[in-house]
Amino acid sequence: MILARIVGTVVATRKDPRLVSNKLLVARPMDPQGKAEGNYLVAVDTVDAGVGETVLIVSGSSARMASGMKDCPVDAAIVGIVDHVEVTPGQ
Amino acid sequence: MQIARVIGDVVTTVKDENLSGIKLLVLQPLDPDGKASGRTLVAVDAVGAGVGETVFFVRGKEASFPFHPTEVPADAGIVGIVDHWDVER
Repeated sequence: MILARIVGTVVATRKDPRLVSNKLLVARPMDPQGKAEGNYLVAVDTVDAGVGETVLIVSGSSARMASGMKDCPVDAAIVGIVDHVEVTPGQ
Repeated sequence: MQIARVIGDVVTTVKDENLSGIKLLVLQPLDPDGKASGRTLVAVDAVGAGVGETVFFVRGKEASFPFHPTEVPADAGIVGIVDHWDVER
């Protein structure tokens, strides 16, 4: 899984029927220190996250194991809202 | 599988119900010299690993297999703690 910050929302009228009523958010991956890294991605939200929050994103086929995503055409799902990340100095 | 060092942990309150009670750790993958190599990631812990330990982990859907039959939404999971490792050159 990766840590990411939610930076935006996606609105789509025409989409796969299995995506109807799922919220799509734009996320920017980040390192544990909070520095942005890598490319933006669109993830389906299963935990009611919002813009500005730090979240945990699961990618690939595992995204379909998130709550309510069975058989949905998704490859990234937000599965947790991060309270804090503790990185031990020197590790 | 890949070798990594556990460098931290992640605390979440709001999360997928199938992630409840599962420890989330921050991993830094290592190269054969034990140096950091590549991006950090968050993995579920199936073996009771802790910060500072060297572990090996799986990527992909297999990360959830240790928790079967619970379908844990994870794409990286720690499956072993490394006692020691050698690379011959």
